[in-house]
Amino acid sequence: MTDLLVLAAGGAVDLPLGITEGGNWFLRNAWLIPLLPALSFVVILFFGKRMPRGGSELGIAVLGIAFVLALLTGAAWIGHRDNYHGDEIHRAVVVVDDGGHSGADAADHGSGGGHAEQSLAVVNTVTWFQAGGVEFSVGTLVDGPAVMMLIVVTLVSLLVHVYSTEYIQDDRRYTHFFAFLSLFSASMLMLVISENTLQLLTSWELVGVCSFVLIGHWWEEKPNSDAALKAFLTNRVGDMGLIVGVSILFFSVGSALPDRFGSFSIAETNALASAGMLPQTALLVAACCLMAAVMSKSGQFFLHTWLPDAMAGPTPVSALIHAATMVVAGVYMIARLYGVFFEGLSIGGSSINLMAVIGGITTLVGACLAFVQRDIKKVLAYSTISQLGYMVMALGVGAWTAAMFHLFTHAFFKACLFLGSGSAAHAVHGFDMKSDMGGLRKVMPHTYRTFVIASIALAGLPPFAGFWSKDEILVGTGGWGLFGGTGGNGAYTLMLVMGMVTAALTAAYMTRCVYLTFFGEFRGHGEPHESGRRITVPLWILAGLAVGAGLLNMPSGFQLAPGSMQERFGHVVEPVAGYFPVISHAGPSWSLAIASTLVVLTGFAVAGWYYFVRVEAASAAAGRSLTELPDGPTSRYALARMGHTFLVNKYYLDHLYTGIVAGGTKGPVAAAAYRFDQRVIDRGVDLVGETAVSAGRAVYDKVDQMVVDGVVNASGRVALDTGGKLRKIQSGRIQDYAAILFAAATVLAGILIVIV
Amino acid sequence: MSRPFLLAALAEFDRLDGGEVLVAQNIAFAVVAVTMLVSAVRMVTTRNVVHAALYLVIVLAGAAGLFILLGAEFVGVTQVLVYIGAIVVLFLFGIMLTKGSFGDDDGVEGEQRLMAGLVGALVLCVTGGALIDTFGGAELSRAEPSLTADVSDMIFSQYIVPFEAVSVLLLAALIGAVVVARKD
Amino acid sequence: MFLNQFLLLSAALFAIGVYGVLARRNGVLVLMSIELILNAVNINLVAFAAFGNSLAGEVFTLFVIAIAAAEVGVGLAMVLLLYRNARNIDLSRIDLMRG
Repeated sequence: MTDLLVLAAGGAVDLPLGITEGGNWFLRNAWLIPLLPALSFVVILFFGKRMPRGGSELGIAVLGIAFVLALLTGAAWIGHRDNYHGDEIHRAVVVVDDGGHSGADAADHGSGGGHAEQSLAVVNTVTWFQAGGVEFSVGTLVDGPAVMMLIVVTLVSLLVHVYSTEYIQDDRRYTHFFAFLSLFSASMLMLVISENTLQLLTSWELVGVCSFVLIGHWWEEKPNSDAALKAFLTNRVGDMGLIVGVSILFFSVGSALPDRFGSFSIAETNALASAGMLPQTALLVAACCLMAAVMSKSGQFFLHTWLPDAMAGPTPVSALIHAATMVVAGVYMIARLYGVFFEGLSIGGSSINLMAVIGGITTLVGACLAFVQRDIKKVLAYSTISQLGYMVMALGVGAWTAAMFHLFTHAFFKACLFLGSGSAAHAVHGFDMKSDMGGLRKVMPHTYRTFVIASIALAGLPPFAGFWSKDEILVGTGGWGLFGGTGGNGAYTLMLVMGMVTAALTAAYMTRCVYLTFFGEFRGHGEPHESGRRITVPLWILAGLAVGAGLLNMPSGFQLAPGSMQERFGHVVEPVAGYFPVISHAGPSWSLAIASTLVVLTGFAVAGWYYFVRVEAASAAAGRSLTELPDGPTSRYALARMGHTFLVNKYYLDHLYTGIVAGGTKGPVAAAAYRFDQRVIDRGVDLVGETAVSAGRAVYDKVDQMVVDGVVNASGRVALDTGGKLRKIQSGRIQDYAAILFAAATVLAGILIVIV
Repeated sequence: MSRPFLLAALAEFDRLDGGEVLVAQNIAFAVVAVTMLVSAVRMVTTRNVVHAALYLVIVLAGAAGLFILLGAEFVGVTQVLVYIGAIVVLFLFGIMLTKGSFGDDDGVEGEQRLMAGLVGALVLCVTGGALIDTFGGAELSRAEPSLTADVSDMIFSQYIVPFEAVSVLLLAALIGAVVVARKD
Repeated sequence: MFLNQFLLLSAALFAIGVYGVLARRNGVLVLMSIELILNAVNINLVAFAAFGNSLAGEVFTLFVIAIAAAEVGVGLAMVLLLYRNARNIDLSRIDLMRG
C-alpha cells in the first residue's frame, strides 16, 4: 500500500486515493465489530444448547457490545471527518492513453477543484496470501457510509435479537436460530467494511447463505424450504453478474496500474474510475454486470420474485434480513463502487440511465403489487421492494446522499413495520389480514401505535423520517424547474414523476394495511392479546427512530434548524475524497416539499375515505343485517353485490380504485400484474432452478409425446417400447445409476480415443 | 539429502547388477503388484466386512510401497499415515457402528454382480487398451527421489490456491460430517 | 521399468474398485471401494510425476489424499445417518429415486 512509484512526468501521475492508514483507534480497529458476532456464532453453535437461555444471551450481549463499538466508531468518525490531517496514501498511475489530458483531469480531481475539505477514509489491510504475483488482502475501509451501516446493522440486529427471544420462544431450533443470526450479523458487518471487492463478494455470499438458512428455518414445511431454495437460486443468477463484474474491474484496474497485474481494492478502483482513467466501455459492462447482482440481492424488478416468498421465514428474520439490512446490500454496493457506476452509466448530466430506470420501474411495480396482497408480510415485502427501488433510483439519478439517507431511515421504519406485523401475527396465529386480523387496535395498543407511526414514516409525512429522505430523493432527481429545485446531476423528470406516484400509492396501501389489520372487528380465532415487553420495547425504539431519524439531515436553506444542524448526515456520511466521484447536490425547494406532502395526503385521503368511511359504513350495515357471516371486507363486497343497498358502493369500488391508483393501475390491472409476476416471471426463475431430474423427465415426456403424435404408428410403438424399457432403468437403486454412469463414461472415453 | 532406506538399498543392488534393466525394482514391483491385485479382488468379494477393511490396508500399504519405489517418499509416508492410520480406522469405526444390519455377511446378488463385472471389465479394457496404445514402450527413467522440501515449496508457492481450497474443503467436510451425523 | 507397469496396475485397481462400488450392497464397503479407485488414481499421478520429472503429480496426490479423507468423513456420516433412519445400510434397498 505504501510503496510509491513515480515515473517520469507525462507518463505517470500520482493519484490521491483519499485514504489514510492513521486515525482514531476505533477507526483502525473496526474489524473487531464483525469479529465479535463471528465468534459468538461459533460458540453458540457448539455450546449454545448448554447455556441457560440457549445461546440467545450470548448473541444479545455480543450484539450489544458491537453496537456500542459501532457508536464509538461513529463518534470517532465524526471527529476524524473534519479534523484529521494525517498522511494520505497515493498510488502512482500510468496514464495509458492521451497522457496529458487524463493526467490533468486526475490532478484536478486530486487537488479537489470543488473540494475545499477532504474526508480521508481509514484503510487498514493485511495480506491474506499471494499467488502468481497477485496480492490478496483483507482489510477494512472505514468511512461515512460504512460507519452509518455499522450503526444501523448492529442496532437493528440487537433489537431483532431481543425481539426473537420472545417471538420464537420454545422453538425447536432456538439455538440454531440465534447462531445464524450471529453469523448473519458478522457477515453483513464484514460486507459493510470490506476493503476490496473480493472480500465484498465473500461476505455477499455469506449473507446469502444465512438468508437461505433462516428463510428455511422451518424447513419441514415444503413451502418454506421451497422459498429458501428460490431465494438462493435467484440470488445465484445475480451473483454470476457480481463475479463477472468484479473480475472485469480487477483487470481493467490492472491495465492502468503499471506495477501490478490487477487490483481488487475498492478505493483504487473508484479513484481510477472517477478520474476517468479506466476505459468507459469496461466500466459500462462492469456496471451492468454489477446491476444484475443488485437486482437479485436488492429485489429489483424483474429478479425480485424471491423476496415476497422469503417471507416464509420467521418474522424477525424478515425484519432484519429482508427489510433492513441484507436486501440493502445491493444498494450499498452501488454506493460503495459509486465511481464505477457514476462513470460507467454516465449518470451526471443525463436524463435517463439503466439504474434509474430499473429503480423507477421497481418502485412502481412494488407499490402496485402491495395493493392486492392478503398476507400482511407480503404487503410489507412488496413495500420493501418498492422502497429499494426508490433507493436504486436515487443512486441512478446521482442523489447519493439521499439514497443513503433513505436506506438509513427505511431500515428503522420498515424493521418496525415488520416486527409490528410479527407481533400482530404472533397474537392471532396467522398472517392473513382478511381472515385472521382486524380490530387489533383495542387489544394491541403498543403494536397499533408503533405500526401507525412507522406507516406514516414510510408514506412520508413531515416531520416523520420518511419525509425527509424521500423529499431529498425527489429533489435529487433535479427534474422539474416548476418546483424550484436546483442543481442535481441531470434532468431526471421521469424519475420525479415515478417517485411522486409511488408516494401516493405508498400512502394508500399502508392505509389499507393498517385498516385491515387494526380496524373493524376481529375476524380470526382466539383471544389476541398484546405481546410482551421483549417485543414492544424494540417496537417503540424503532418507532422513535422512525419519527426522529429524519432530523439528522435537515435540508439546508429551509431555515428549519440552525445552520450547524443542517445536513449533518450528508456531511458526515458522504465521502469527499479521491475515491469518490464529484457529484453535484440539488438545493431543496419548498414547493416540491409541499407538493409531495399534498400527494401523500391525497393518497391517505382517498384510501382513508374508502376504508374508514365506505367500508366502515358497509360493515355497520352488514353487521345489522347478517351478523353470523364472518365480518371481513371480502364478504362485505359479496354482500354489496347481493344487497341492493350497496350496489352503488360496488360501483364506487372501481371508482375509488381509479382514484387511488391514478390511471392504469386499478384493481384488475394490479391483480393482472401480480399474476404476471407470479406466473410468468416466477415460473421463469423457477424453471432455471429446477433440478436436472425433473427437467430431464419433462423433456423425455415431451419428446415421447411428440414422437407418438408426430410419426406413424409403427415408429410410435417403437418409441413406446423404448420408453417402457428406459423406465426399467429408473429402478431407484443408486448402484444401477452408477453402473450406467461408469459404462457411459467409459464408452465415451473409448470413442474419444478412437476418434482422436 | 537422505534417500529413503529402501530405495538406497535397491540402488546399491542395481549398481552391483550393472545393467540398464532394474532387476531389483522390477522384482519389488511384481511382488507388490501381485499382492495388491489379489488383496483388491479379495476386498471386493469377501463376505466378511472386517476382512475387507484389512484387505484394503494391504492394498494401501502396497500403494505406499509403489510410491517409494517411484521416489515419492513424502507421498508414501503420507499415504501410510493418512490412509492406513486414519481412514482405515474410520472405516473400522463405521463398520462397528453399523454392525447388525448385515452381521458379518454381505452377500452379493447374482444379477448385480454380473452387471458390475461387465462394467468393470469394460473399464479395464478401454483404459488398458488406451494405455498400451499410448505408452507402449515408454521407459521410466530411474526415479531420482524427490525432496520433501521441493514438494513443500511447490505446495506453498505455485499451488497455494488449490491448497487453500483443500483447506476450506476439509473444514466444510468437517462441519458437514458433524451436521449430518449428529443426533437431534 | 516401464511406465505401463504402473499404469496398467492402476487401471486394474480402478476396474476392481468400480466392480466393488457397483456390486457390494454394504454402504461402508462401497466407500472402501471408492478409496480403491482414488488410490488407483494416485498411483497414476505419481507414476506420471516420475515419468515427466515433475513434482506436480506428487503435489496433487497429496491433495487427493486430503480430499479422500474429507470424502470418507462425509460419506461415513451419511452411512451412519442412513443406518439410524433405515436401520440398515443395504444400498439395494434404498430406492427413493425410483422413477
